[in-house]
Formats: sequence, structure tokens, C-alpha cells
Amino acid sequence: MLLVCRRQQILGTSPRMTAFRRVRPVSSFPHPPLTFSSLPATVGDAVARRQGNRKGPAISASPAIAEPSAGIGYAGPVGRFLRRRAEGRTIPVIAVCLAILGLWYCAAIGVNWATETDKLARAGDYSTLNAVAATWSAERPVLPVPHQIVAEVWKTVFEVRPTSPRSLLFHAWVTLSSTLLGFLFGSALGVLLAVGILFSRTLDKSLMPWVVISQTIPILAIAPMIIVVLNSMGVQGLLPKAFISTYLSFFPVTVGMVKGLRSPDRMLIDLMHSYSANSLQTLVKLRFPASLPFLFTSMKVAVAASLVGAIVGELPTGAVAGLGARLLAGSYYGQTIQIWSALVMASLMAAVLVWLVGLCERAALRRQGMLR
Amino acid sequence: MSKASLAPALRGSQSPATRLGGLAVLTALLALAAIMLLPDGGWLLALAALAVWAAAWALTATMARLQPKSPAAGRALAIAIPLTFGVTLLFLWECVVRGLNVPPVLLPPPSAIAATIVSSAGLLFADFVQTFLKAVIAGYVLGCGAGFLTALLVDRSPFLKRGLLPIGNLVSALPIVGVAPIMVMWFGFDWPSKAAVVVVMTFFPMLVNTVAGLAASSAMERDLMRTYAASHGQTLFKLRLPAALPFIFNALKINATLALIGAIVAEFFGTPIVGMGFRISAEIGRMNTPMVWAEITVAALVGSLSYGAIALIERRATFWHPSVRKG
Repeated sequence: MLLVCRRQQILGTSPRMTAFRRVRPVSSFPHPPLTFSSLPATVGDAVARRQGNRKGPAISASPAIAEPSAGIGYAGPVGRFLRRRAEGRTIPVIAVCLAILGLWYCAAIGVNWATETDKLARAGDYSTLNAVAATWSAERPVLPVPHQIVAEVWKTVFEVRPTSPRSLLFHAWVTLSSTLLGFLFGSALGVLLAVGILFSRTLDKSLMPWVVISQTIPILAIAPMIIVVLNSMGVQGLLPKAFISTYLSFFPVTVGMVKGLRSPDRMLIDLMHSYSANSLQTLVKLRFPASLPFLFTSMKVAVAASLVGAIVGELPTGAVAGLGARLLAGSYYGQTIQIWSALVMASLMAAVLVWLVGLCERAALRRQGMLR
Repeated sequence: MSKASLAPALRGSQSPATRLGGLAVLTALLALAAIMLLPDGGWLLALAALAVWAAAWALTATMARLQPKSPAAGRALAIAIPLTFGVTLLFLWECVVRGLNVPPVLLPPPSAIAATIVSSAGLLFADFVQTFLKAVIAGYVLGCGAGFLTALLVDRSPFLKRGLLPIGNLVSALPIVGVAPIMVMWFGFDWPSKAAVVVVMTFFPMLVNTVAGLAASSAMERDLMRTYAASHGQTLFKLRLPAALPFIFNALKINATLALIGAIVAEFFGTPIVGMGFRISAEIGRMNTPMVWAEITVAALVGSLSYGAIALIERRATFWHPSVRKG
């Protein structure tokens, strides 16, 4: 044990520490860390609040019971519920959303005003109220208002058969299938490559720098070429788009997974060593479980990237099917509402996909006991 | 140097330097043989390419196993190894494409791409000016600046902070490039519409990161500023903004890539007849793949150079940060 500790001292930083270094906020600025800073942040905040910082915002949740004015202003269950929500995130988020909606409606009046009043003036006399109503219900507005978009989404999702090309669900499914296929391939490839990089020093030194550099280049620019070239070879439909999604999603997974596989610190690896575990056993029983948080974080990035890849992959074939095709067709024919509804659908899909990955993450971490 | 004198070097009985030199010479000789075989093509070329690959792999492996004593040698090695790998890959690409007679429409050899870059440098430069110098730079500065200023405002109100942060985090996962057709409709075909897409794409990462960064200084440090009777502005400029710099630079680096992607994809939706995205979509329509590859090479270079430039500024600006300072 002592030996291990000393080894760790000699080695200096464990891989986990180096992994976190970049993201960890500075604790040693402008003075070296004190023992105080090892307290959890909430404790520090609470202490700071009590030490005269009382005017500052109380961001951490429950106020101390014995604080002055504790218990005053008790407003029954409804008031307490509202206050808790306001201290949490629900009410602020709802308020910001409402503010955005309000701004949106106001902006729509301003943006659509010129064209709509023009139309009304040609038809005859009009009042201001009529003009405002017209800006919110134009057929091809410059900026459609939210209720028009919701109505369009509702119409194209629920009132049209899902198999017809007029249905948004049909297009969403086309995009989703290639996104998912590409994401699965990309994640599998990324994990495999990360394991390869872990075991082979040569791969680590030669391939890893290129993987890192490839994160900084606009890979998406390659999408039209892949589509057209594969198309000329007779490969059409799902596969070329899935290929682009694969390509976009495997880089983040590789980078995150390499970081994660190296995250167990020296002590744990030495422990595996003293159990006489071989490297495969260490991989399966220690490194892989330890890498899960990293894997899920990078998979969230990857699933968003592969959706973007699938959408962009639908552009060059000319508007055939998919959300990207809807965007392109909308921009050809000036159908702004169609563009916005495709955009809303894509955003919903991205949110749901990221949420699903997050759900898997919580399930896996709970199984590991990392989450309550 | 003959094969006979190489043999003991390859057996590995010598010092690593000898072995390295032997392998390097062997790789170069094999590559020379492969180049001489290039015009003929056929299975002999494939064999030569395979031999080059094996030798280069051995060379890379030997280099990776080295443990240099001086830090300068270590840095040189850290560049040399991926460089060898990359050059080998390009060489194999060339050999495979020319040896197997792959039609250039599918995959042009690197030499053809390089020739295209040289012969149409003027065109590529015009595209670079249109897409990068006009759209990306303008959009990047506006988007990052707006995100930063909004973060400073939002920081004054904890209510807004709690409300905007989850939304900002959500938005960063959405396919924002989709706003490209809308922006093209609003701002026309020329570069302002692309800059607008870039503004929308870069705004939220900057906002979220800056808000997180402004919360990065610890309560102790803020209390210290309070004991100095520092005003809000003084605390901001002397403590919280410097402490937020790593976060801000993180956003700047993320945005450097996003901005280029946004501008290129926006050009797929309509442009004047110049620009990187336009060139890619137009030339691929004419099946002129070498030109597309040339454009992609330029985009990759621009992307990694701008990222590198920001990383360099970061190292200078955040010299005190543990990830930058030595020891």
C-alpha cells in the first residue's frame, strides 16, 4: 500500500487528474488553494452567505433553518410550491420561454408588416388591428408566428397518413433511420478504435493526433461528395446518409472513450495487477465500466452530430425525402412555414435523442451505484 | 546502402538510433521502388505498396517506443510520428488509386488534388475570401461578441441565469444549421446571410460557457474582493473575467469549427457564384472530384489553422492556468 502511494507521488498526476484538468475551473486563482476550498461548493457558498454576503443571490436551494426571517412569509402549500419552483429552474425557464414567444410575436408584426399592409392596401381600407392579424396569419410570411408553425406541424403529423410524402412523420422517419444507423455504426467504430488506441502505443502516437485534428475541420463539407459519389456507384437511399452520420459521430466517441478508458487511476490498475488480471480482464472489469460516463457524454455530442449529418446529407440529392429535403424544398418555393415546421421537427428529434441517451446514461450510472 | 548491411540493423540488435535509421532508409527505398512501378501498375505495385506500409508501420512503432530524454526531442517526436503516419497514408492512397485504376471521379489520387490546388489557386483564394474572410469572420465576431455581452447582462440576474442556461444547453444540441434557408431568404444570397447563420450558431455556446465561467471564481476569492471594497465592475475585470477566460476560450475554439461549418452549409442553400460551399456543391454536380477535394483541403487547413491560432492565444492569455503552466 505504501509502495503504491509512493509510486503515485513519484508519478505525480494520475491520468484522471490530467483528464479533468482542462475542464476543471481554476481553484488556485489568485492565491494557492487553502484547505477551505476542499469543502464542497455548496457549503462554501452557504458559509459565504452567512459571512455577510447576504445581499448576494442565494443560488443553493434550501435556506438555513435558523437564519433570521426563516419561517416568516409562510404562504401555504401553493405559495411554497411556487417559491420552490422559482428557486429551482421551472419558473425561470417558463418565464424565459414566454418572453421569447412574446418577442417572436412582436418581431413577426414588424417583419411581416410591409408585405401584409401592401396586400391589404391593394384590397382596400384596413385598420391597424386588421393589419396585425394579417401579419400573424399570412400564407407565406417572412417570419411565421409560433401558432402557425404548430398548426402546420399538427396538420402534417396527425392529419396526413404517415406513409404519404406529405406527412412530416414520413420525412422525420427517413432522417431518423439514417441518423440512428449512422450513430450506432459510429459509436461502435469509435469504441473499437479507442480500444485499439489504448492497446497499441503506435496507434496512440500516430493516429490519435489526427483524430484530434479532425475535430477542428469542417468534416460536414465532405457530405455532398460522399452522397453523389456513392450515388454514381449505385448506392442510394439510407446507406450514404448513414455513412456521413457514422463519419461525424465516431470522432467524438473515440476521443471521449480514449479519455474514459484511461480514467481509472494508478491505484485501481495496480489493484487489478495484483489480482493477476490480464489486460483483457482489466479492460472489461475496470476500464470499460470506468469509461461509461465519458462514453455517454460523447455519445450525446455524437447523436446530435449524426442528426446534422443526416439532414445535410439529404441536400445534394435534390429534395427527395427527409427533413433536409423539406428544408430545401421549402427554400426553393418560399414556403417559410414548411421550413420552420421541418426545423421544429428536427429540433424535437434532437432533443428526444439526446434525452434518450441521457436516460440510458442515468440507468447505467444508477446500476453502477454512481447515482443514487 | 545495400540490403546486406541493413539486415543486422533490422534485427534489432543495434541501438534504437541505428534501427530507426535502417528502417527509415528501407522505407524510403521501398517507396522509391513503388514510385518507379507507378506507371505500370499491376500486382507488383500492390506488393510494393504493401511492403512500404509494413516498413513504415515498423518505423512508426519503433519511434513510438522511443523514450527521448530531452523535452525538445520529445516534441519533435510527437510531431514526427503522426507526420510519418499521414505521409504513409497519402502514399498508400496514391499507390492504391493509381495501381488499381480507380476512376478519379470516385477518388482522385493526392497528386491530382495537389495539382488542382496549384493550378486553381486563384479560384480557391476567391472562395476563401468570400466564405472565410467575409462570412465567417463577420459572423464569428458578431456571434461571439453578442453571446459574451448577453452573458454579462444575464449574470446580473440569477433568475435569468436559471432560466436561460437550460435553454442554452438545449439549443446547443439542436441542428441549428437548419436555419440556413431562412437566413438566405431574409438576408439574400450574398455573404450577410451566411454571417447570420454563423451568428446564430456561435451565440449559444458563447453564452453558456461565459455564464459558467463567470461562476468559476470561488466564494473565497469573491469575498476577498469584497474585503477590498471592490465594486461590481472591479470584481468583474480583476477577478471573474480572468477566471472565466478558460471557459471563454473553450467557447471560442468550439465556435471556430462551428462557424466554418455554418458558412459552408449555408452556401448549399444558395450563393453568388463564389464561396467554398458553392464550389463544393457546383463541382460535385459536374463530377469534378479533384476540385472538390482541393476545396475540402483548403477548408480543413483553414479550420485547423484558425483553431490553432485561438489555442495559441489561449496559452498566452491563460498562462496561469494549470493546464498551461508547467510544473
